[in-house]
Amino acid sequence: MADVSLSQVRKSFGSAEVIKGVDIDISDGEFVVFVGPSGCGKSTLLRMIAGLEDITSGTLEIDGRVVNDVQPKDRGIAMVFQTYAIFPHMSVRENVAFGLTIAGVSRDEKERKVNEAARILQMEHLLDRRPSQLSGGQRQRVAIGRAIVRDPAVFLFDEPLSNLDAALRMDMRMEIGKLHNQLGATMIYVTHDQVEAMTLADKIVVLRDGVVQQIGAPMELYHKPANLFVAGFIGSPSMNFMDVEVLEAAGDGVTVKAPALDPVKLHVDEQTYAAHSKAKLGLRPQYLSVPDDASKGTLHGTVALVERLGTETVVNVELTRGGRIVAALSEDKPLDIGSEIALDFDPAKAHLFAEP
Amino acid sequence: MASKLTTSNAAGWAFALPGFGLICLFIVVPFFLAFALSLTNQRLISPNPTEYVGFANYKSLLSLAVITLEPERDEDGEIVRDEDGTPEYPRVRTITRNPDFPEYRGMREWFRWHSGDNARVVVASDVVFMKALVNTLTFALVIAPGQGGLALLLALLINQRLRGINIFRTIYFMPVVVSIVVVSLLWRFIYDGNDGLLNNLLSGLTFGLFEPIDWLGRTDTALGSIIAMSIWQAVGFHMVIWLAGLQTISPTLYEVAQIEGASKWQTFRYVTWPGLRNTAVLVLIVITMQAFALFAQIDVMTNGGPLDSTQTLVFQAVERGYGKQDISGGSTISVVLFLIVLTISLVQRYLTRERS
Ligand SMILES: Nc1ncnc2c1ncn2[C@@H]1O[C@H](COP(=O)(O)OP(=O)(O)OP(=O)(O)O)[C@@H](O)[C@H]1O
Ligand SMILES: [Mg+2]
Repeated sequence: MADVSLSQVRKSFGSAEVIKGVDIDISDGEFVVFVGPSGCGKSTLLRMIAGLEDITSGTLEIDGRVVNDVQPKDRGIAMVFQTYAIFPHMSVRENVAFGLTIAGVSRDEKERKVNEAARILQMEHLLDRRPSQLSGGQRQRVAIGRAIVRDPAVFLFDEPLSNLDAALRMDMRMEIGKLHNQLGATMIYVTHDQVEAMTLADKIVVLRDGVVQQIGAPMELYHKPANLFVAGFIGSPSMNFMDVEVLEAAGDGVTVKAPALDPVKLHVDEQTYAAHSKAKLGLRPQYLSVPDDASKGTLHGTVALVERLGTETVVNVELTRGGRIVAALSEDKPLDIGSEIALDFDPAKAHLFAEP
Repeated sequence: MASKLTTSNAAGWAFALPGFGLICLFIVVPFFLAFALSLTNQRLISPNPTEYVGFANYKSLLSLAVITLEPERDEDGEIVRDEDGTPEYPRVRTITRNPDFPEYRGMREWFRWHSGDNARVVVASDVVFMKALVNTLTFALVIAPGQGGLALLLALLINQRLRGINIFRTIYFMPVVVSIVVVSLLWRFIYDGNDGLLNNLLSGLTFGLFEPIDWLGRTDTALGSIIAMSIWQAVGFHMVIWLAGLQTISPTLYEVAQIEGASKWQTFRYVTWPGLRNTAVLVLIVITMQAFALFAQIDVMTNGGPLDSTQTLVFQAVERGYGKQDISGGSTISVVLFLIVLTISLVQRYLTRERS
């Protein structure tokens, strides 16, 4: 078991800098998820931890030891790839035992470890099959099995579930969560999928263009996003943003207004705003509601698009005084396109961001 | 769009006819004609009518026998020996021309060995054919692993991302695009016994100690020289096939091996070679086929000499059919060659089959 720490880690491919000074501290046994838009450098960062990419500058420590120049096999890591990367010509048993074969471990020990891994992953019945006889989920299980037998201190996953269908993804997600509890190893997990990030992570790292935007527990990121990017990235549908003008900034609150919005007082901590400065108001679709009395409501507009999902209804609203806003109403609500609608929100749950 | 042209069966056949006709004329008909002619005494130009002779051609081509010769003895029953003390034997022709032994008629000595005081002589009715057969098999046996292995080695060297690697790819491939006749002519100069490039090079490297060799003029070096030159000529072609195979192997598999700390050899053994299975079968079969078709090099460089040490089956088939105008004899060799190649291909396919 080990903690992992990156300080001022950078990576360039030729003249292009891809990772721009990343600091992350991961403690022993933690489940950390890297998220970010495509091409932001998640995989690159993970591969640097694995030792598959050189570190251009900065230091990487695993278990208190600087491992910048240590071979992958000596870092105490194991990696699971999106494309499974299992050997088609080997049986499942041989695949799982691959690392042991390379290390020249005795037959008995190999047998014991493979059986142990198969038991943990409940795939004893698959051991003598060939990869071509397995489903996608089973193949990924084999790849995870191969990682387990290495007995690593740190597991690295690069989008391990992206090639699976939705139902299987949910099963495997739970399985990985269970595995983490069972093994207690440090796990670093890259994903595109918000649900995976929110449900699995002890800690989420949001990356953008090779720069860390925020590090925190899932709910911390959701409720207290550090900036516009994180606010927009975490949560689905994404947060609505509205340009507002600060009218008045008192000690405990800020009053803002926008063309589409009558003045409203928000509770803000830390950040200070000058009067008459510009800011962005962030409203999560889930926190918008339809007031009982249509004439009340803070926002008014007409319904432009309705998506009924059963448990919620996502409404795209064209605001009367300019702009668009998305609301996710927490019940099934039949709404006619073009009909008038009023929306309301709780100022305590609104976010305010200073203009950059 | 279904027009009359594309739906009518007759039109389809009409389109296929030219190609089909040419295939028949130049491949199918000659193939069966060779079988038919090998059972006759057909000559290229002859005033006599062709007669059916059954398997007589095969008999005169393939007949083999072992004759045991007892040493000559004087009146006392002592073995007659020459100055070196080696026993003297009666001449083989005393048996092959003896009317008492009609079964050995027309046979000539191929090779002999001694057992005790007796000499055992292998006689063949067509010694040149036997030599051609052995040479062709030797050629194939050396060139299949030699050329295949060297091509793989080059492919592995070239399959790297290095600056200027394309220059090497081009250089190695160049001999393939040059006509084999031109290449053979060039190598005749290289192998020249007086002032050849190879002799000059070797004597230069050994400061004049090396005695020039007439590479193509000696029975012990001629076939080897042709083998070396043939390997050089086609190795680039097979290198490209290997290269195509190498590039189908997923890079992630190599990363798995790297993480497990596999050595270069282990990586080749567990990742590269299994990934090249199908390519290997292809390369092996193609090289074998080409080896059995060895003709141009012989025709240009040695004409089968010296002392039949570079005779090959195809060269003999052409030599008989057109040189000696013995069409039936040439056909017989072609049929024998066909059967050999067929057998070898079937055996290779069986040995390299997919085991499940
Ligand atoms: N070997 C390489 N050479 C040059 N540039 C590279 C290389 N590998 C990655 N990059 C660049 O680095 C950036 C980050 O790539 P990376 O694969 O880490 O993104 P990612 O966040 O994993 O994206 P995705 O979510 O699509 O997998 C990209 O802009 C990519 O083009
Ligand atoms: Mg990636």
